[in-house]
Amino acid sequence: MTSEISLSTVPAHTRHGSNIGQPLTRRDGVLKVTGAATYAADNHPEGMLFAVMATSSIARGRVVALDVDAAKAHPGVVDVMTPAHKPELAMDPDAKTNPFMFRLDLLQNDLVRYAHQPIAVVVARSLEAATEGAALLAPRYEEEPARVGLDADESFEPAAIGIGSPARIERGDVEAALARAEHRLEATYETPAQYHNAMEPHAIVAAWDGDTLSIDTPSQGLAMAQGRLAGLFGIAPENIHIRSPFLGGGFGSKGLVSGPQVLGIMAAKLVGRPVKLVLRRDQMYGPVGHRPPTRQTLRLGFDGEGKLSALHHHAKTVSSTFDDFFEPAADISHTLYAAPAILTSHEAVRADIGTPLFMRAPGEATGSIALEGAIDEAAFACGMDPLAFRLKNYAEVEPISGKPFSSKALRECYRQGAERFGWSRRTIEPRKMRDENGYLVGWGMGTATFPALMFQAEARAVLRRDGSGVMETGAHDMGQGAWTALAQIAADALGLDLDRTEFRAGTSDLPDAGIAGGSAHTATAGMAIHNAGADVVAKLAALATGDERSPLFGAGNAGVVAREGRLHRRDDESRSEGYGDILARAGLAQIEGKGSAAPDPSVQETYAMHAHGAVFAEVKVDPDLGQVRATRLVGAFAAGRVINPRMVRSQFYGGMIWGISFALHEHAVMDRRSGRILNADLAEYHIPVNADVPSLDALMIEEHDPHVNALGIKGVGEIGITGSAGAVANAVWHATGVRVRHFPIGLDDLLVPAAA
Amino acid sequence: MTFSISLTVNGVRRDVELDNPRVTLLDLLRERLQLTGTKKGCDRGQCGACTVLVDGRRINSCLALALSHDGADIRTIEGVAEGGHLHPVQEAFIAHDALQCGFCTPGQIMSAIGLIQEGQTDGDPERVREGMSGNLCRCSAYAGITEAVLDAQKKLAEAGGTDAGRRDAA
Amino acid sequence: MNDFDYIRPATVPEAVAAAAAPGAAYLAAGTNLLDLMKGGVARPGRLVDVTRLPGLDAVEWLEDGGVRIGAMVRNADLAHDPRFAASFPAVAEALLSGASGQLRNAASVGGNLLQRTRCAYFADLDSACNKRVPGSGCDARAGENRLHAVLGWSDACIATHPSDFCVPLVALDAVVEIEGRGGRREVPLAELHRLPGDAPEKDTALEPGDLIVAVRLPAGAAAFAGHARYIKLRERTSYAFAVVSAAAMLRLEGGVIAEARLTLGGVAAKPWRDAWAEQALAGARPDEEAFRRAAELALAGARPSGDNAFKIELARRLVVRALALAASGTPERVPALPGSPFSSLPELHHDV
Repeated sequence: MTSEISLSTVPAHTRHGSNIGQPLTRRDGVLKVTGAATYAADNHPEGMLFAVMATSSIARGRVVALDVDAAKAHPGVVDVMTPAHKPELAMDPDAKTNPFMFRLDLLQNDLVRYAHQPIAVVVARSLEAATEGAALLAPRYEEEPARVGLDADESFEPAAIGIGSPARIERGDVEAALARAEHRLEATYETPAQYHNAMEPHAIVAAWDGDTLSIDTPSQGLAMAQGRLAGLFGIAPENIHIRSPFLGGGFGSKGLVSGPQVLGIMAAKLVGRPVKLVLRRDQMYGPVGHRPPTRQTLRLGFDGEGKLSALHHHAKTVSSTFDDFFEPAADISHTLYAAPAILTSHEAVRADIGTPLFMRAPGEATGSIALEGAIDEAAFACGMDPLAFRLKNYAEVEPISGKPFSSKALRECYRQGAERFGWSRRTIEPRKMRDENGYLVGWGMGTATFPALMFQAEARAVLRRDGSGVMETGAHDMGQGAWTALAQIAADALGLDLDRTEFRAGTSDLPDAGIAGGSAHTATAGMAIHNAGADVVAKLAALATGDERSPLFGAGNAGVVAREGRLHRRDDESRSEGYGDILARAGLAQIEGKGSAAPDPSVQETYAMHAHGAVFAEVKVDPDLGQVRATRLVGAFAAGRVINPRMVRSQFYGGMIWGISFALHEHAVMDRRSGRILNADLAEYHIPVNADVPSLDALMIEEHDPHVNALGIKGVGEIGITGSAGAVANAVWHATGVRVRHFPIGLDDLLVPAAA
Repeated sequence: MTFSISLTVNGVRRDVELDNPRVTLLDLLRERLQLTGTKKGCDRGQCGACTVLVDGRRINSCLALALSHDGADIRTIEGVAEGGHLHPVQEAFIAHDALQCGFCTPGQIMSAIGLIQEGQTDGDPERVREGMSGNLCRCSAYAGITEAVLDAQKKLAEAGGTDAGRRDAA
Repeated sequence: MNDFDYIRPATVPEAVAAAAAPGAAYLAAGTNLLDLMKGGVARPGRLVDVTRLPGLDAVEWLEDGGVRIGAMVRNADLAHDPRFAASFPAVAEALLSGASGQLRNAASVGGNLLQRTRCAYFADLDSACNKRVPGSGCDARAGENRLHAVLGWSDACIATHPSDFCVPLVALDAVVEIEGRGGRREVPLAELHRLPGDAPEKDTALEPGDLIVAVRLPAGAAAFAGHARYIKLRERTSYAFAVVSAAAMLRLEGGVIAEARLTLGGVAAKPWRDAWAEQALAGARPDEEAFRRAAELALAGARPSGDNAFKIELARRLVVRALALAASGTPERVPALPGSPFSSLPELHHDV
């Protein structure tokens, strides 16, 4: 089975010659600006019914009654799926066989573990009927007191944080170093619960045909979703076909298949018809993950010249009562500043919430705003410029491990970013800068960092007799530009122009491209593509160089180079032959190659691999009213090789705006008694609007990394939020002299007495 | 009881039978007329993804009762490009990378076309940012969106029309 | 959303008759009502669509110099009506600071007046709310109430009225024309919205079947055009409800305040106009001292209803700012960021 997904391109998008590094416009741009790009909820197979979830309004207890009769009596309602009436699963949704498998709420019983937990699904002939049917269920509960927030319960040290990282890591003796330090600083920062809120709500259109399952659903990890669903439904993975050509944003919330998506499949099985289930916006505040709140205490020891001697970063966080995800917030302190003694430690409580999950820069984002705040505080305590302080503590090797960096152009990020921003004109003292209108002006900075990760992936390459090529890998485009950037890598790997390269992605029948997460997708899928291209070109070269009728005869594989659809002898570029001619002579319609990618353990053992950046922020604050506007951000990022600068710039901008949002806007407000989120919407859960973002600049700092992978790619999806959030918060302090250590910073935090 | 309404959608008259009065314009477009380019992001007038032009004005179709718009002229994202030619706003969105995941993009583009027709921004970036603030973009393509609207507005003005100046996509 | 009867009357009397039935509601644009219906807060058994009623969609200038705004005039059309915006610039600024371009294109004048509170506990069907279910209690009192009322609230309800538009309208002595079962009557806008007392379920003085057909501004209202502002503090730069807002208008004669108007938004269940503050300003020089005194008077009766004491101080400072901005003169055009304290950052107007 081949992919149904194809892209129309307009001529302006293609370019001849080397494609990597070119600022091509999005190859899926025309589809997206015309409404022709098909997202999961846009599908409408023949005979489809609509499913709407009913979700719990309590955070803890059990459902004791559902008025199924009332729902079924509503015209158009076909069936109501409840714990008592549902298809059997082949696997307990509460079973957990690996750390990437999270427990799901699939109506397995009447227990309620968090607000907005699915408790029933109504299927109807119209969306309106299904929606009203769900309301008519009018659940009754036995409610128990909800455990809410960072002080919900006794805390404990998790066995592991993030994915399998130790909760506590120490290098040197932090307590001794703190005791000896000339200056000590302790500061506690709190970050709130945040929700991914991709613009596209999770959606699924599911259709069963016997034991085979066909679904449209957004996925950042097709192969993992396929495996998870195969386990749940007891069918072979190859019997599940998932289409996810476009995700309407993911940010981590679509990395793993979520409970509601599975419920859509169950509903389709129950009624024996295709079913569409789309989450309401409020239903995204529970079963599809979130960024948990943290309370982080930073303890720094340093001398009068600003040299750090000790750094303890402790983070308390919250997980659900029934599963383990612990935000690794303190681990950001492993890599950034060269303290000889470093301790990172974590503790957690359990509360009646949906299980938190990976949300754009999980751990790094929360940890960064606290660390960058504390560093800013320490710099001021020394009377130093925050940039000078950071340079004083520049890590030449990774502080926690002592490993050399595979590459690190952070110094250049600091230099160019500061220059573009005009940082040298900043005052050390806060509340000293004003603009011509009398607004307080504050300048702050933060260091950005994100690990350069790689996962495992495979790709398949084909060269055809007509001179065209195909590259296949089940990659995911959630907006980062995979359709474009991976196609650019594919074209270069095949030695073809982009318009002769067909790139297929976004479906589960293609080779596994690995998960689109950890900012690792371009490196991972890109390397598989690179290797698949090399493989097929090598096979083609073997055909040519072993054939005495070819001008390339005798050149040997290493002796040819693929370019623009031809193989050229390295030692004599005038001798070349087109792909089609080689295949025609060999009597082949096409030739196929395969490639895979995986992290190299020996390189991981030897090097610390991270992308870096520096973000400089200007805010203006109304001196009387406390209203803040982030008027200007400049980021400078070194993230290895840039495949497509146009798309990379957009990723940096997006991350930087998430940083503004972290510092100034978004947070979930939970009722302390009920455990319900009161702003489970987009009106009161404030993500930035266009007017919040007047001016952005992102510099791409050249960086060649020979170690991370053969393409030198590090990843750009998440680094933008790190550094930026702290830079904005530090700028607010610099504008006002008020150090706010909880986020988002509100105007009530800045109502200093007018006399101050 | 069924209700009959008639709409002009992207220049085509559509006679619609509704079995039920509660259908919103958004759900009518998406689930009954299969015009799925218009997106549902919040269904509560809080995100702008469902923006369409009704009688030339941009509105949130999720908070519009279809019945109440009987006889209206509706333009959706599917009706913006004509004869293989992208609208200048569409072109500018691609050129300025004013989109990432693309889910909010139809609403952004309809809103931008509406904003330009409203004629209140005078090419001022701050007025464009304010005027486009009813369209959330979680990927945060705002810088590109502002650039694209300014660029398209300028090109439309140069072409001498508000909305007439379509240009070849290439 | 529940099922309902849909009626599209041809005349105002037909509409009034149809809407007087129990469970009936008027549907104008629906930007608030459909939202409430989707959330289950409103479950009307009958919708009476007033969007096609004749004679409700005009802005008429009256012979005495006043203006009559039809209830179905859309918010955006009113704000962009050049004569209206020039005569009542603070009203235009308030309109344009509310919601989004799309919502303003749809939302009607009458509907804006009748939007319901944005209190999260009102919207949450599983919370106690006396406004939604009389006698059920108020979960906001001991809940998340950072943004709730600081004036005019009661133990029964601490919700605020969300409208921006109503704030300057109340300042300008707007009058609401109502068609009801007993014929036409007029109610000053300041008396349309009710403070909660012990009956917070009743937002307004309207009776079943009452239809707002127009809002009138008196002739004298335009006298403030030269010194009129609406300033709105919110948690993002645009597309957010007010934390606190203020409409301030002055009529200056010979460097002295001849007459002042001051109304606060976001602080109470209705736009909060303070006669004492206005009287204290009359005859004073437009300086900071006078503005501070007015601010003290305007907030004299304020008390926190929860974790919202900051709103009192914030409102005081906002009064001072709004009066100062009004004194410095109405901008020629509604600022790029209407209502924002950042409405004049010239360097951000450059081409990007």
